[in-house]
Formats: sequence, C-alpha cells, structure tokens
Amino acid sequence: MTALLQVEGLSVHFDTVRGVVRAVEDLSFAVERGQTVALVGESGSGKSTAALSLLRLLPPGAGRIAGGRVLLDGRDLLALPARDLRQVRGAAVGMIFQDPMMALNPVHTVGRQIAETLHHHLGQRGAAAEARVVELLRRVQVPAPEQRMRQYPHNLSGGMRQRVMMAMALACRPSLLIADEPTTALDVTVQAQVLSLIDELKAELGMAVLLITHDLGVVWETAQRVVVLYAGRKVEEGPVTEILTRPRHPYTAGLLRAAEWREDGGRLAEIPGSVPSPHAMPPGCAFAPRCPLADDRCRAAIPPIRPIGPAHTAACFRAEAA
Amino acid sequence: MPPTLAFLARRLLQLGPVVLAIAALNFALLHMAPGDVADIIAASSGGAPVEFVEELRRNFGLDRPLWEQFLVFLGRLLVLDLGWSHIQQAPVLELVMERVPATLLLMLAAILVAVAAGMLLGILAAMRHRSWIDAVLSILALVVYATPQFWLGLMLIVLFSVTLGILPSGGMMTIATDLSWSARALDIARHLVLPSLTLGLFYVALYTRLMRASMLEVFTLDFITTARAKGLSETRISFVHAARNALLPVVTLAGVQIGHILGGSILVETVFGWPGLGRLVFDALLQRDLPLLLGVLLVSSVVVVLVNLLVDLVYGLLDPRIVQR
Repeated sequence: MTALLQVEGLSVHFDTVRGVVRAVEDLSFAVERGQTVALVGESGSGKSTAALSLLRLLPPGAGRIAGGRVLLDGRDLLALPARDLRQVRGAAVGMIFQDPMMALNPVHTVGRQIAETLHHHLGQRGAAAEARVVELLRRVQVPAPEQRMRQYPHNLSGGMRQRVMMAMALACRPSLLIADEPTTALDVTVQAQVLSLIDELKAELGMAVLLITHDLGVVWETAQRVVVLYAGRKVEEGPVTEILTRPRHPYTAGLLRAAEWREDGGRLAEIPGSVPSPHAMPPGCAFAPRCPLADDRCRAAIPPIRPIGPAHTAACFRAEAA
Repeated sequence: MPPTLAFLARRLLQLGPVVLAIAALNFALLHMAPGDVADIIAASSGGAPVEFVEELRRNFGLDRPLWEQFLVFLGRLLVLDLGWSHIQQAPVLELVMERVPATLLLMLAAILVAVAAGMLLGILAAMRHRSWIDAVLSILALVVYATPQFWLGLMLIVLFSVTLGILPSGGMMTIATDLSWSARALDIARHLVLPSLTLGLFYVALYTRLMRASMLEVFTLDFITTARAKGLSETRISFVHAARNALLPVVTLAGVQIGHILGGSILVETVFGWPGLGRLVFDALLQRDLPLLLGVLLVSSVVVVLVNLLVDLVYGLLDPRIVQR
C-alpha cells in the first residue's frame, strides 16, 4: 500500500533582487495513513514554506515551486488544475496555522466561517449546516457552542480560536491534517490541551497529521516520525525514538542539546554561529560552518541523504562519528 | 440601554455645541467681509442717498454693535428661527428647507455611486493585479481624477443630452406635468443620473485606487490563506473575505469627504440647474444676503455632522470589532 502523502524532490525558490533563494531544496518524505510526522527546524529552515507548498498556498509573487511532486493518494497536487485542487483543499486535506487570531476573518462569525467549508464541499446549508457546526464545535471542546458560533474571533480566547480553526479544518473529515506550528502562539497550558485534542481527533477520524514545529517536546509527545530540516534541506529522518535518543546528524544532536532541561541551572548548550544567509550558502554542507565534526569533505560537497539504520536516513558524511 | 443607542444619544447631544461653534465661526467670518445688504439694495436701485441707506441699516438692525447682532442671531437660533432674508423677502428657514431635499438626494446618490463603483472597480483591479485590466483602470482613474468637474459635467451633457438625447440636461423634474408618484420618481431619477455622475466620478476614481491598495494589503493577511486552504475560489475570497475588510478605509475617507462633496455640489448644481442648497448659497453670497448665507451654512453643517454619524454607524456594521461607545 502506498503512503497517503508522498513528497518527492520538492523545491521552492524565491526570486529576489539578490538572486534566487532556495527556501526548500529537493525535499522528500512520506506520511503514512494515521501517522503523525513532524517537520522540525529553526525559523527560516523552510518548514512553513514546505507546508504551504503542499497545497500550493504560497502567496502569489512570493515563492514558486521549482520542482518535485506532492502525491496525495497517488494524485500529484502540484500538477492538478486549480479547480480540482480546490476540491482537495479543506476536504481531503485540512490545515491549521500558527496564529489563530490572524488566521480567522475578523468580520465574520466563527460559525459562518465553519459553515462556509461545509457549504463549499458538502453543499450543506441552513439548519443542517448549523447543526453540524454546533456538533463540530462541541467535538473540539468549545463550551456553549450554540452561543459561541454567533461570536466573532475577537470575542474568543487564543485556545478557543485554535479549536475553531480545527473545527473548520476537520469539517469534511480530511485524511490529512497539516498543522503549521499550531501551538506556538498559545499559552503553555493551552498548548497541551490543543495537542491532546489533535491526537484524540486523529485517532477518531483515522487521519494522518503533518506537524510543523520547532518544539522537540511537542515532537516527542505526538509524532511517530521526524523529518529534520536545515537551511531548506532535509538533514535527517527517522522514527521519533531514534531521532530524539540517537541523532546521527550533528545538527539534530545540537538541537537536542539546546532543548535539554538543565537541572543545574547552567547555560543552555546553544549551537554556535547562525543559519547561513540564503544569499551566501556554503558550497558544501550548509551546517559545516557550525559543525564540530566538519572536515574538508563536508566543506567541498553537499552530503547526500543515505540510510544509516532501519528507516533512518541522514545527510552527513560523518553520521557514524556523531 | 444598548450600547449603540447610548452612542447615538451621546453623539446627538454633542451636536449642540458643535453647531453653536460653527454658527459663531460663520458669523465672525461673514462680518469680516466688506459691504452689507443695505449697500447692495442701494446699488441695485442705481444709487441712493446716504440717509436712505442708513435708514435701511436701522431697519435691518445692522447699525447695532456686532456682539448685539450675534446675540440676537443666537437667541433666534434657539427657537429655530434663522432670520429673514431681505433680498428674497422670505424666512430663511423656509428657503433653506425647501432646497435641502434636492441637495441631500444629489449628495447621497453621488456618495452611493462613488462607494459602490469604487469598491467594485477596486476589487476588480486588485483581483487582476498587474494585468491589463488593472493598468486600464489605473489610467482611467488618473484621468477622471484630473478632470475638472464642471468640464466633465458639460461633456456628459453634450454626450447624453445633446448627441444621444437619452437624458435631460438640467433641472430636477419635468415641469407642469401631472404624473403618478412612481412616474415622478422615475422622472427625478432620470434627471439625477448626470449630476450625480458628475459629482461622484471624481470620488469613484479616488475610491477605486484606495480600494485596490486596501484589497492588495488584505490579500497578504493570514485569513486569506485560511480561506484558500478551505478550497474557496478566488472570486469568493475577494468578495466575501477580503472586500469587507478592505472597505473600512474607503468608508473612513468617504465620511471625511462628506463636507467636500457638499462643497462640490455647488458647482454641479450650477451646471445642471439643480434646485439645491448650492445654488442658494451662490446667489446669497453675490447678494450679501447674510442671514440666508448663515442659515445655509448652519443647515449644511448639521447635514455633514449627521451624515458623519451615519458613517460611524456603518463602520460598526462593517467591523464587529468596533463597538460604539
């Protein structure tokens, strides 16, 4: 059986006055049915750009998809006519975003915004749609849904807004939910509630989740597989237990050390240096300038992705040394 | 009391001091100009002895100190008496109220044309951003923006009344015909087309540009991406999700420009012989008919304040985040 989502060689380029910026380069990964895959990386690693590109949601004029295929159930979304793609968006694939305040239209009631999806994809309207909206809001644990649906986004708290976003994304029972940093803008206590709700609904609907995040704690709790991005390229991929306990790429190892809780209150182990400017990428491995293990080979050529264990791949010449 | 009603009541109460201030300002400004009605009347009869002019001034109360004249003016204002026009030989209030409906009709039609057409064309230009439609609309807007209103009015008359003969060239209604009210309404509507177009086109150009810029800005917001992720079409996204958000700056500007539009109506009413306040104020100015002039200015300021209040209410309808307090 093929994977639900198969991304092959996805490249996204931004044409700027200073030249072409390769925001995502040759990215491949798969999401199996019912599985949660985490796309991990720092800000600027290209993870959100990659997520938006899957449904061709990059704002016009911003970035262009330079190559690759995005197969959903074997259908290439990148080659689909716009009309057919609109049938996929919001129906087979739901999406939620980082800041639910910005992601909801301030001048429409939340009920209307959820009902719009129902109407567009399922042709539901009137009382039937309203009943379904109430049901959806109740399912995402919004209290007093009959009243809430008549309110505007600014009347709700951040957590409630993200639940509304989820009700909207799940309205048509998608087989895949793309969650782009769904908890980053929320309070810590609310974060946990939203994450467990995603997990619950995932099990209930049998959907897969592509979780874009920089929070390794979130990854550990929710994901089965992890894809690590650095400067637009995949540097490591594997099962969550493997990646988070035995990382083979020095960048992943650095991320883990930086995330470690220091009981002694000492300094955080940060990765020295910073992500290279997209306009001045090193010729070899993008991480080489910050890597403690880098040698001449790393600085000369980009290391290819290669298997280094069961279902575990890394793009590092020195993976065995890490 | 619901917040909107309380807001309305408070704003109406504020109307008093505002009107008073405007009245004082107008009074002071108009009395700074040289010449008075006695001079004009004397001059119109080909000259008169000094005693006669003095007699006229005494009769009109113009010989008394300015502050006393002002207090008399204010005192009358309190009982809604705007004074007597010595030129027209009629009460000012009557003269003004006779003309208000025509001007109000013209003004509202022009605003409606401007906002509706500006909105639609702006949405279209933004949806077809950087296409030939966008370019044509931009150039058209620039041309209309730069065209003098009186010239535009005359050209519209030449085209639609003289050449094509499909619309009347002036006036507000066909005279001395016995019409049912529906036929009368249609008749007035036909007369309204050219003046309201002339008055409104300048603002159509302005609002098209503003709406386009506003739409392009809204297009970059996150909730537009959400709408796309829901699978909605670009047309639906533009009209349902972006337009209402993008309309706010247009409504704000329209509110600010009410006074401006009222001023523009003087010109348009003159070109089209539209029986509104504009013509009245023009004649009053030439004849130094100060009571009439003061009356027109006062009523216009009340109209502007009231329409602004209306705009604030519309604002609240468009954006639920705005609660009128």
